[in-house]
Amino acid sequence: MSFLIYDDVAERVERLDIPFNLYGYDSFGVSKQYLKYFYSMLTFFYRHYLTVTVEGIENVPDQGRCMVVGNHSGGIALDGGMVVNSMLLEREQPRLVHGMADKFLNSIPFTSVWLNRVGQLTGLPEHALQLLEADRVLMVFPEGARGTAKLYKEQFSLVRFGTGFVRLALQTRSPIVPFAFIGGGDAIPTIRNFKALGHLLGVPYVPITPYILPLPRPAVHCHIVYDKPMIFEGTGSEEDDIIEGYVEQVKSKIADLIERGRKTRDTTVAIRMGRKIETDEEGRA
Amino acid sequence: MKILITGMSGQLGRKVAEFMHHQGHQVIGVDRRPWPDPPRGVEMYNVDIRKRPAEDVFRTRRPDAVIHMATVTHFTTAADERFRINLWGTKAVFDYCHQYGVKQVLFVGRHTCYGAAPDTPLYQNEDEPPAGIATFPALADLVSADLYAASAIWRYPDIKTAVLRLCYTLGPSMRGTLSNYLHGPRVPTVLGFDPLFQFMHEQDAVFAIGLALLSQLRGVFNVAGPEPLPLSVLIRATGRTNVPLPEPLFPFAMGRFGFPKLPLGAEEHIKYPIVVDDRVFRKATGYEEAYSADQTTQAFRYS
Repeated sequence: MSFLIYDDVAERVERLDIPFNLYGYDSFGVSKQYLKYFYSMLTFFYRHYLTVTVEGIENVPDQGRCMVVGNHSGGIALDGGMVVNSMLLEREQPRLVHGMADKFLNSIPFTSVWLNRVGQLTGLPEHALQLLEADRVLMVFPEGARGTAKLYKEQFSLVRFGTGFVRLALQTRSPIVPFAFIGGGDAIPTIRNFKALGHLLGVPYVPITPYILPLPRPAVHCHIVYDKPMIFEGTGSEEDDIIEGYVEQVKSKIADLIERGRKTRDTTVAIRMGRKIETDEEGRA
Repeated sequence: MKILITGMSGQLGRKVAEFMHHQGHQVIGVDRRPWPDPPRGVEMYNVDIRKRPAEDVFRTRRPDAVIHMATVTHFTTAADERFRINLWGTKAVFDYCHQYGVKQVLFVGRHTCYGAAPDTPLYQNEDEPPAGIATFPALADLVSADLYAASAIWRYPDIKTAVLRLCYTLGPSMRGTLSNYLHGPRVPTVLGFDPLFQFMHEQDAVFAIGLALLSQLRGVFNVAGPEPLPLSVLIRATGRTNVPLPEPLFPFAMGRFGFPKLPLGAEEHIKYPIVVDDRVFRKATGYEEAYSADQTTQAFRYS
């Protein structure tokens, strides 16, 4: 089965700073072997199916606890997978990013095993705390399922942020690295969400695209912008309005990053498509 | 110290008795089941804990401390009998302890009382409510016994009561809940699920129980051993064959084809992890396991 594993991905998984035991598992049940398959699959999407570029990834520290916090878009959590993969491929010191999977996923056969073996534990406050205390990188989408439910036309907007992540960051003294993911809505252009159908299937909703299934379109260019760590002082037991102030700071930072990322990506796409911007004699469009 | 052990004839009970005897304590045992050859100096009373003769042992022998291990699981005992032994037996023990001036009681419970569900966190600490019965009705007797024992902490403040929630034990004795599950050459699992399993060597469990008693603990403590392993890895390491069954077929296959008989709800414990955080116990007692996961599984495999 090793033809399913990219050599460079396997080599980077070996370099992860995770204490694996004799059997190749860590204390959370993350498996080195599963990681190689998982990252290889993501890498195929990352390099060949979509194309993903990153900037500012050095803002994530090489070691120690950290939260990466960003925007959600595109029906299914494709953006999460690409962020996880970027932290393996694009860094000198690769880092394993733990996401917080929706609870219903853990009751689906095989999905349950795979998510747990690759460090995407069930989204519980206890898990978030345990992972940060173990000096891991935690990926948080404060918009949650409300974020992936954005329609194509809403993809660059931000919906309401949960506040738990700031309390957690304060409590564990973790830096927050904000990021923006551009292109999730282009890859999976949701035109409508079916909540009743989702209820029947045991999922929050089923996104429908112009080609019906919520599968990513090929050759979409995505771009991830990471920015400097934001460090807040406190204990995590502050009053709501103080916490909401911090949340607002993170949210507006991410909104800025989305604007920045869109410009960068549009330029990249324009160059890639061989388009030339017509300018006048003074160099203005 | 004069220590009375209930349920002493069980595999773990015998080992605890031997260990405490070896440590130089006077050991008295009470059990319905016989133990014909206890070490010289260990007194064995072949009586039922809920009956008058057991109370006589408390009255005449006046133990300083009690280790209550007389609890049973679905693998050995029917439901109504389990309630009588686990819950009413625990009540009887605490009543005797209160009445005859026992200074310290150790209740040896199980980590399974936390229960397993899709949204159960890993590394549950002692603050989590024991939610085992929600998914696994056959645990009701054990969960109530655990809670009843813990309530003695405030009901009898003059007795130092500690409730230990031990993870699965494994080892050469081939006894215990996990051993019963892993007993046959083929072990049934639920297709598409592979939870972390937490287990410890039975000698480490004995040591932890002894250490808990001598540390004079008061409160509820999780006790565990080495890092948990996925069930599939555990099955392979013990030399068994993993037989993943689609969930709808699982209840029909139990008790047939050489598979163990498991009660309703047991599959939740095979689908989702029960992993406890034992840091409080380690800090309070200085406990460290002597046997690694590898040694423990091999000890079970080659016994």
